[in-house]
Amino acid sequence: MALLTYVAQRLLHAVVVLWAAYTLTMLALFVLPSDPVTTMLLGGANSDMTVDRVQLETLRHELGFDQPLGRQYLTLLGRAVRGDFGESVQTGQPVSALLWNGLVPTAELATAALLIAVIAGSAVALISTSTRIRPLGGLLQSATAVGVSIPSFWLGLTLIELLSFRWRLLPAVGGRGLSGLILPAITLGIPAGSVIAQVFGRSLRSVLAEPFIVTAEAKGAGRVRIQLRHALRNAALPPLTLAGMIVGSLLGGAVVVETVFARNGLGRIAVDAVTNQDLPVVEGLVLLSAAVYVTTSLLVDLAYPLLDPRIIGTRGMR
Amino acid sequence: MPFRPIQRLTALTASLTLLTACTANHAPDAGSQQPRSGGTLRFGLDYAPTCLDPQLVTGATPNLGLLDTLTAQDPLSGKIVAWLASSWQIDGTATTFTFHLRDGVTFSDGTPLNAAIVKTNYDKIVALGAKAGYGSQLLAGYRDATTPDERTLVVRFARPNAQFLQATSDPALGVVAAATLAKTPDQRCQGAIVGSGPFVLRSYRPNQEVVVVGGREGYDWAPASATHHGQAYLDKIDVTFVPESGTRTGSLASGQVDVIGNVLPQDEPRFDGNGFHVLSRIEAGIVLGLIVNENRPLLQDQKVRTALLKGINRGQIVKTSLTSRYKPATSVLSSTTPYYTDLSAELAYDPDGASALLEQDGWKVGADGIREKDGRKLTIDVIFGAVRSLELVQQQLRDIGVDLKLRQLDLPSLGSALSSDGYDLFLRDANRADPDVLRTLFSSTRIGAQNIADPELQNALDAQAATADAAKRAALVAEAQRQLVQHGHYLPINEKPTVVAAAATVHGLAFTAGATLTFYDTWLS
Repeated sequence: MALLTYVAQRLLHAVVVLWAAYTLTMLALFVLPSDPVTTMLLGGANSDMTVDRVQLETLRHELGFDQPLGRQYLTLLGRAVRGDFGESVQTGQPVSALLWNGLVPTAELATAALLIAVIAGSAVALISTSTRIRPLGGLLQSATAVGVSIPSFWLGLTLIELLSFRWRLLPAVGGRGLSGLILPAITLGIPAGSVIAQVFGRSLRSVLAEPFIVTAEAKGAGRVRIQLRHALRNAALPPLTLAGMIVGSLLGGAVVVETVFARNGLGRIAVDAVTNQDLPVVEGLVLLSAAVYVTTSLLVDLAYPLLDPRIIGTRGMR
Repeated sequence: MPFRPIQRLTALTASLTLLTACTANHAPDAGSQQPRSGGTLRFGLDYAPTCLDPQLVTGATPNLGLLDTLTAQDPLSGKIVAWLASSWQIDGTATTFTFHLRDGVTFSDGTPLNAAIVKTNYDKIVALGAKAGYGSQLLAGYRDATTPDERTLVVRFARPNAQFLQATSDPALGVVAAATLAKTPDQRCQGAIVGSGPFVLRSYRPNQEVVVVGGREGYDWAPASATHHGQAYLDKIDVTFVPESGTRTGSLASGQVDVIGNVLPQDEPRFDGNGFHVLSRIEAGIVLGLIVNENRPLLQDQKVRTALLKGINRGQIVKTSLTSRYKPATSVLSSTTPYYTDLSAELAYDPDGASALLEQDGWKVGADGIREKDGRKLTIDVIFGAVRSLELVQQQLRDIGVDLKLRQLDLPSLGSALSSDGYDLFLRDANRADPDVLRTLFSSTRIGAQNIADPELQNALDAQAATADAAKRAALVAEAQRQLVQHGHYLPINEKPTVVAAAATVHGLAFTAGATLTFYDTWLS
C-alpha cells in the first residue's frame, strides 16, 4: 500500500515537472524576437533568401502563429494534453512521428553506450581498487579523470581518424547495423563510463575500509570473493543514484555524437529544431526528455530497496 | 510566334565565358574510356535536406534524377532544350506558353505522362502557395493551364513572364505522377515521390541517407543536353548526409565514399590528383555580394554607395582567401548566367576614386581614421548568415575611412533582421540560371529583397520580363546590370563555384546550368 501511495505521489510530481518544462520552454521561445515561419520560408542555404509577405501571413495564420500568445499557449497545451503535439513548422511532419523516428536510433545508441559505460566503468573501478600493482591503480584512476573531461566532439573525430580513416576497421558514417554503431557508442560511452568508474571506485574504496571487510578477510575470504560478494553490492548504491544523470548526459551527448557521425536521432532533431526555432518540435523534445528523466529517477528509487532492504525501513518513502 | 533561341549577339559572349567556366565539368579521363553500366555510387552530401520533393523544398535538396522537367537548360550554352516537351511556342508578350509533350513517357508507377497531369501539377503548386515556396514563385501570376489535346499544354499568365520558359527546366517545376499529388506535402517530403526520371527512390532515412536506384526499363527520353540516352549507367546511388567537412574529406580519402559535395577552399589541393579529381562550376545567378538597404537615409546617398563599390578589392579577396576556382565578380550576375554582361571596368578597385567621392560628399576623415559628417561617423552594419570571411572587405573599406560592423546571425535572427529592416547591408547571393533573378531581388516587396526607386531600372526589369525575343531581352538585362552597378544598388564581391571532389573511378559527373550536381551520365570504372 505504501508503495502505491509513493508511486502515485511520484506520478503527480512528474505531471508538475512536465507542465513546468513545457511552459518555461514556451516562455523562452516567445521571448525571442524571431518567427519560426519566416525562418522556414527563408530556407537556409541554396534558397534565394527572400520571403513573399502575403504567403508568410497566410501561412502564419494557418499555423496559428498570428494568435495572441496566451491563446497560442492554451491551444498548444490543450492539444498536448490530448496527445497531439502538432506538426513541425520546418517539415510539416507530425511531431510524434518525427520524434518516434528519432527515438529508435537514439535509444539504440544510448543503450549501446550505456552497456559500454557500465561494463567498462565497473571493470575499471573493480580493477583499480583490487589490483596489487600500485601504478596500474593510479593510472586507471587518472584515466577516468581524462575520460570525464574529454570533449566528445574531439573524441569522436579522433576515433574516426584512427579507426576508420587510418586503419579502416569501421565505417565513419552511414554504417548500418552493428558496425556503424560501435564508434558512436564508444564516443558516447567513454565520458559516462568514466563517471561510473570514479563514483563506483570511490565508494568501493570506502566500503573496503569498513570493519566487516576486515572480518571477512579474517575469516579467510579471498580478494575476488570479498570484492564481488561483500563490497560490490554495498558500493553499488552511489553509482545507481547517478543513473538518472547518466541517461541525461547520454541524451545530451547524442547531440554532438549524432552530428559527428552523421546519424539520425533525437540529438540531430534537437539541433535542427533549436536552430530553426521550430516551436512544436522543441516542445515535443522537452516533454520527451523530461519524461525520460522522471521515469529513470522513479525506476532508480524503486530499485534501491532491491539492493538494500534497509532503505524501506530507515528512509521510508519520501 | 515560334520560340527563338538565344541569339548570336549574346550567345557569342555568353558561350565564350560559359565554356571557360565549364572546362572542369567532366572527369579528366572521361573521353579515353567507354562508359560502362552498373555499380553503386556513394555520395557524401554536405547537408541533410529537410524535404526530398523538389517541388516542395524551401532550402536545398540534391538533384537525384527522380523527376523530369518540361525543358532542360544546356549548361554549356545556357539554351533551353527539349525534354518532356519536344517543342514550344511563346506569344509576343510572354504571357501564353504552348508546350507540345513528347509521346511515350511513363512515370515509374506505369501511368502515362500527358498534358492533364502537367496541368494538375501546376494547379497544385499554385494552390499549395507558401508550402511550394519556390515553385509557386516561378508560377507567379499563373492564370490557368488548358489542355487542347492530350499532348498539348497551354499555360497562361496574368502578366508577362518571360522567365517561365527557363523555370520549366527547374526541378521545382518537375512533373510528379497523380499518386504523388494525392499525398500530403509531409508525405511527399518524406519520400512519397513518383516521377518519370531515370532514378527511383528506394529508401530514405531523414538526417542520415537516401538511396535511389537506376535501371528504369524503357527510359529513353533524356534531354538533348545529356551525353547519352537510355537508362542511367548507375545501378544505385547511396547518398549519405555528412555535414562535418573533416568527416566528409576523410571519408573520400579513405575510400568510404566516391564523391563529396562542398569541398572547402583549403581542402581542394588534397584532391587535385592523388587518385582523385576536383570538379567545379561557377553558380549561375546573383554573385556573392552586399545588397544595400535603401530605406536607410545614409544609403540613399548614391555617392556613399558607389564609394563602397570602388573601395572593394575583389581580386585581392579571391587571391588571398579563395582558390582559382573562384572568380572576382565582374557584374551583378555571374559569368555563367545567360545574358551576363562584363562590367569589370566599372568594378575595378579604385580607393582614390572612392575617397574623392566621400570627400566631395562632405565626409571628412576623423581622428580615428573613420570619416565623419555633421558629427556622424561613417559606420555601416553588415548582416550575414553562413560562416564567411568578410574581414578582408572590412579592412579594405577601413582604408577609405568606412567603418564596417560585421554581424553574423543565425537563420532566425537573420529572418527578424530582414523583416524588420534592421540592417544596412546584407551579404547574399541568389542561385538561378535566368536573369529574371534580378527582378526577384531588386523589384520586389519580398522580405530580403529591395524595391529600388529608380524608374529607369524598373522599366528595364519589367521590359525584360515581357519579351521572349532573346536579343531584346539581352539588351534590357545588360541595361539593368549596368544601372545596378553604376548606381551602387548591389556591391558584388565574388563568383562562387559549386566544388565537388570524386575518386578517379568516377566519370561523367555533370553540373546543371545552375551548378547542381547530376548523376544521369555518371559511370564507374
